[in-house]
Amino acid sequence: MIRLEGLEKVYPAAHGKPAHHALRGVDLEIGKGEIFGIIGRSGAGKSTLIRTVNRLEEATGGRVVVDGVDIAQLSSADLTAFRRRTGMVFQHFNLLSSRTVYGNVALPLELAGIPKAEIAARVAPLLDIVGLSDKSDRYPAELSGGQKQRVGIARALVAEPKVLLCDEVTSALDPETTQQILDLLRDINRRLKLTMMVITHEMSVVRELCDRVAVIDDGMIVEQGNVFDVFVKPQHPTTQALIAGEIEAALPKSLRRIINEGPAGAGENPVVKIVFTGPNAYDPIISQLSRIAGIDFNILAGQVDYIQNRPFGILFVEAKGGLAEAEKAIAFVRSRNLNAEVIGHVDPNAVPAG
Amino acid sequence: MSIQMLSLLADAGFETAYMVLAALSIGTLLGAPLGVLLATSGRGELFPLPAFNRVVGALVNATRSIPFIILAVAIIPFTRLVAGTSIGTSAAIVPLTVAATPFIARIIEGAVRGVDAGLIEAAQAMGAKPLQIVFKVLLPEALPAIVLGLTLTTVLLIGYSAMVGAVGGGGLGDLGIRYGYQRFRPDVMASVVVVLIAVVQLIQTAGDRLARRLNKRVR
Repeated sequence: MIRLEGLEKVYPAAHGKPAHHALRGVDLEIGKGEIFGIIGRSGAGKSTLIRTVNRLEEATGGRVVVDGVDIAQLSSADLTAFRRRTGMVFQHFNLLSSRTVYGNVALPLELAGIPKAEIAARVAPLLDIVGLSDKSDRYPAELSGGQKQRVGIARALVAEPKVLLCDEVTSALDPETTQQILDLLRDINRRLKLTMMVITHEMSVVRELCDRVAVIDDGMIVEQGNVFDVFVKPQHPTTQALIAGEIEAALPKSLRRIINEGPAGAGENPVVKIVFTGPNAYDPIISQLSRIAGIDFNILAGQVDYIQNRPFGILFVEAKGGLAEAEKAIAFVRSRNLNAEVIGHVDPNAVPAG
Repeated sequence: MSIQMLSLLADAGFETAYMVLAALSIGTLLGAPLGVLLATSGRGELFPLPAFNRVVGALVNATRSIPFIILAVAIIPFTRLVAGTSIGTSAAIVPLTVAATPFIARIIEGAVRGVDAGLIEAAQAMGAKPLQIVFKVLLPEALPAIVLGLTLTTVLLIGYSAMVGAVGGGGLGDLGIRYGYQRFRPDVMASVVVVLIAVVQLIQTAGDRLARRLNKRVR
């Protein structure tokens, strides 16, 4: 549905600043009906990337092909028509403060010259979808952040687009509201069979919303694939760093403090991180480990998550024995196609009893 | 207060209102498109005409740097060309308009530039053409600031209108100078001052109230 081929964007030098190479040959293929995430740190080029798709930014090289059409070839009138078929949702909502909720959602249709009666007939069901039917006559200033973004989403959908571009749509929202907006977008994707390109710097957004993901770093796609695979086996250091934040959340600060990451001190026990994924994620692994390694394991912390309805768990355990037993346990875990490693050592007396 | 003085005040007040409203209307008609263009013709903006932007900007600055009393006298030939005469209340509308237009242009420019660039981007993303962006996005969003700016312009024009007595313009200022000052009538002078203060208060209050009603940003 959306194909980017060798996409380049260079901002020319200006005001004493040197030229900036924002995109360096980006190749991507986004399938029909897919939710495709693009994640990167700020300044990685992701905002530029999404803006080249509807030509808010003109690419300086390469091609953008949407639904079989090279959009660089569109005449001014065709570009207007193309943009009407392409919805966009923004980080800061970008609602008109002078228009009511209804007026904001109606705007794209007004611009297209659609008669008032038809506008009314199309806006009402959309306000229903985003759950704002009762706020139709309110002004944006009277709404919460989440409600404003719902208006933004309704506005982007009112012209019945085939493609929805989402630019950091949850970055200005609190976690609970973020969850609601992500659920809404998921629901809309299923109901309307929309193709969605989602730009974010939050791994959690990718995990909750996307089917596939590409990681952008310094204007280049450094890794892409199925969200589950990228999450479980991140290859590129940038991806690993982005995911580390998510995974570290599983290990509470109080525990991280007492783990010695250097060589084992006297009387310290190894701490093993076990990552559960795939078909063996449900195995009774801890009791098996005890039997095989001949030692006890003390669970320090852990969490089990579901990514695209597949289990993904992390467990931090203290091996009540030496490194040799821990290695034995790790070898067993690996034989089960799960991942494990010693991440440090801990003084058993420092571990809070529990 | 004598009947005669009331009638003097009423006539002069009517003349002032006539001059100010005419200059404000024509000035807005000319200044608003100019202001919108000033705000949108920079490099990379809606109607990118950077050369035009610089020339008009310089012209606006030049007009605004001339003290009004000098401007009114200096453009007398132009006034005669437009109004057929350089003397009288109607003729005074010409210099007032010439002074008001660049002022209003800057006011509108500032108000339009105050609209969040994200709104322009959002409108472009939904397929709005440049003129649609001006009329559907920029002007409605800038309206509260424009109303405040035009209120300011009105008060400024009332002040300027007092000076057009120098070219036979009439109005409240002229009444104050001719009767109050030159004929030693402090009662006339005082009445003129009181009326001016009351009118300016009224206009400012009305403008503030209207702008607040139009502003949906704060609730």
